[in-house]
Amino acid sequence: MALLQIAEPGESTAPHQHRLAVGIDLGTTNSLVAAVRSGVAEVLLDHDRQPLLPSVVRYFPDGQVVVGRAARLNQAEDPKNTIVSIKRFMGRGVADIAKYGALPYELDDAPGMVRLRTSAGVKSPVEISAEILKVLRAQAEEAMGGELVGAVVTVPAYFDDAQRQATKDAARLAGINVLRLLNEPTAAAIAYGLDNRSEGTFAVFDLGGGTFDISILKLSRGVFEVLATNGDSSLGGDDFDQAIASQWRSRLGLLDARDTRRVLMKAREVKERLTLEDAVDGEVDLSLGQKVRVHLSRSEFHALTEALVQKSLAPVRKALRDARLTVGDIDGVVMVGGATRMPHVQKAVGDFFGKTPLNNLDPDKVVALGAAIQANILAGNRTGEDMLLLDVIPLSLGLETMGGLVEKVIPRNATIPVARAQEFTTFKDGQTAMALHVVQGERELVSDCRSLARFELRGIPPMVAGAARIRVTFQVDADGLLSVSARETTSGVEANIAVKPSYGLGDEEIANMLKAGFQHAEQDVAQRALAEQRVEAARLVEAVEAALKADGATLLSTQEQADIRSAIAKVHNVVAGTEHRAIKEAIDGLSRTTENFAARRMDKNVSAALTGKTLEEIESK
Amino acid sequence: MNADFNKNHFELFGLKPSFRIDAARLEAGYRELQSAVHPDRYAAGSDAEKRVSMQWATRANEAYRTLKQPVARARYLLSLEGVDTQEETNTAMPADFLMLQMEWREAAQDARQAKDAAALDKLSGTLRFEEQALLASLENALEDRRDLPQAALIVRKLRFLAKLGEEIGDALEALES
Repeated sequence: MALLQIAEPGESTAPHQHRLAVGIDLGTTNSLVAAVRSGVAEVLLDHDRQPLLPSVVRYFPDGQVVVGRAARLNQAEDPKNTIVSIKRFMGRGVADIAKYGALPYELDDAPGMVRLRTSAGVKSPVEISAEILKVLRAQAEEAMGGELVGAVVTVPAYFDDAQRQATKDAARLAGINVLRLLNEPTAAAIAYGLDNRSEGTFAVFDLGGGTFDISILKLSRGVFEVLATNGDSSLGGDDFDQAIASQWRSRLGLLDARDTRRVLMKAREVKERLTLEDAVDGEVDLSLGQKVRVHLSRSEFHALTEALVQKSLAPVRKALRDARLTVGDIDGVVMVGGATRMPHVQKAVGDFFGKTPLNNLDPDKVVALGAAIQANILAGNRTGEDMLLLDVIPLSLGLETMGGLVEKVIPRNATIPVARAQEFTTFKDGQTAMALHVVQGERELVSDCRSLARFELRGIPPMVAGAARIRVTFQVDADGLLSVSARETTSGVEANIAVKPSYGLGDEEIANMLKAGFQHAEQDVAQRALAEQRVEAARLVEAVEAALKADGATLLSTQEQADIRSAIAKVHNVVAGTEHRAIKEAIDGLSRTTENFAARRMDKNVSAALTGKTLEEIESK
Repeated sequence: MNADFNKNHFELFGLKPSFRIDAARLEAGYRELQSAVHPDRYAAGSDAEKRVSMQWATRANEAYRTLKQPVARARYLLSLEGVDTQEETNTAMPADFLMLQMEWREAAQDARQAKDAAALDKLSGTLRFEEQALLASLENALEDRRDLPQAALIVRKLRFLAKLGEEIGDALEALES
């Protein structure tokens, strides 16, 4: 029998390097990065000891990019090239953002997602968001003194597939390995739940700068189970600023883009001051030197924005209904997002639930803190055995059928990861191809839902109408991202399909953006690919060696162990070289060789998890 | 494929196939299984591990969802017995249930047209009551009498109720927004 090793309390038996992982809250108004250091989650500060990075990106004609406070402070100088609230454009087309009213930007309606024409060239929302993420990444690496192994990036729970994919693409473009996309209200619940050791059913009301989420969660013994989520991905604090600004503008008459931005900045300032003051007087300096006096009382502000507050309560009712709960079942209400500081929002939510909302954690920071805790676990610094997140997809996924109707394949609020298959058949005799249109949303008509992807299944053997069986499988992963596959089952013909996204960016487009970001494009792209493959190789070898050490002797034959060791040796042989493709090949080879091993280890874990209960069953008989 | 993946949903959580189910034990089994297989446990693992983990977690969610909801559980039990509930194809219903169906549909339509939320709520309550009664007779048919064709018929009735319930929910939602 082997001797048991006993480590010092708080120290692991196999001390390995602490992996640097962070939580990133990519917000409409402000963005933050946080990390767990010495066991405590904390927001990482920038050079000026500030926690919040304003999500404002300014482009200059020479290609220079300024992100953050300086860009926000001077936004009225050059509104066309100073992009604010870019999160509202993620995964959205020109038609979607028309509702935000007159914008100072020059927009291009590229397929799937809008583009902005700036003095530094045409930019997609993904690239603009990546600029914010690059700053946060640099800030984190400096604060933590090393390269990040990855980050948990938060997204509004109500973000659809296109918006989630765009966020992940932005992180990739910023050179960040995304450990997980985490829903913002769930992140907040982690921070709250662990902080207050809460148990019960909670509503997280998250009103940010540009998005609104409501999530109903059950917390018990470290399990965070989302029962239902709802929201409005175009409702936020920005809309309250706009309501004030548009009232002032109607009095001031026609303004140019700069003055429009000045009025909006003042509106935001007045809104924030009204949280503590009963009335605010201010002055806006217009570009031609005039000064305009503005005034707003708290009661006027509340009357002006009451409709927005009410708009947030409809999703709350829907989420409760989906969770099959009533307000009486809710043990606590957590307020998240800077916009929940507004007293009339607090009051409306308190009145609705008949409870005083909890806001003892900073509503601006709580999402990043929760993401940091999750990142620390996912990076492998803590086993995380005491915590389990069970999240859901916010919107139903379906396929277009005859007559422009939607056939739902996965319903909203399904716990992820989830897969569901649906069978379809041919409409005409001898039909050999079928067009599939994947949509997301709750409405019956395709035209009212969001189009996610279109693809064609080809090579169906000719049969009479209705004889073919086309099995379409939807798989949603733990990030809430969808992949679709299809095959014809009667003939066994496995037709390969490529999902061509009608949104977002293809791999090629990302590669082109990466290139454009470097001066000596070709060489740097190759170097970056090499660096990425080396990191990936090290990560994989480490994971496989840990698995071999734990279970190699018990689960593998001597031959199988030797095969895996030889695949590891192949990786070692090429990793020092400069050919990133060779490293990739060796990585893929090692991955394939370990597939059976991974499946057996999982079986072992499953058996171990179920053993306790089976014994209990035997005892109870 | 490995043996565990071929277990049925009940066996997966260490339960005996039965309509009567210990909800607390089901939930505990689900949580233990997810704790072992969830992708969050393998974020630092190899791609192969990540893939297997996603498959298992997907499977655990599917099994839990099926066993948690009584109608889905009954449908699944019947499928284990080789009985197809024929919910899409078999529209034959006893005359008394057909009459009720028509009554409820008319009531729903009238309430929707009159934008009468109270009437919709009331109807929704009636349906819930009816659902409880049907679930009791479903349990009886499956567990005590072992009358599987009867159980399949009750599942079809419950499917109709669920659909109408959804329509009422949608109508209420439309009134709110």
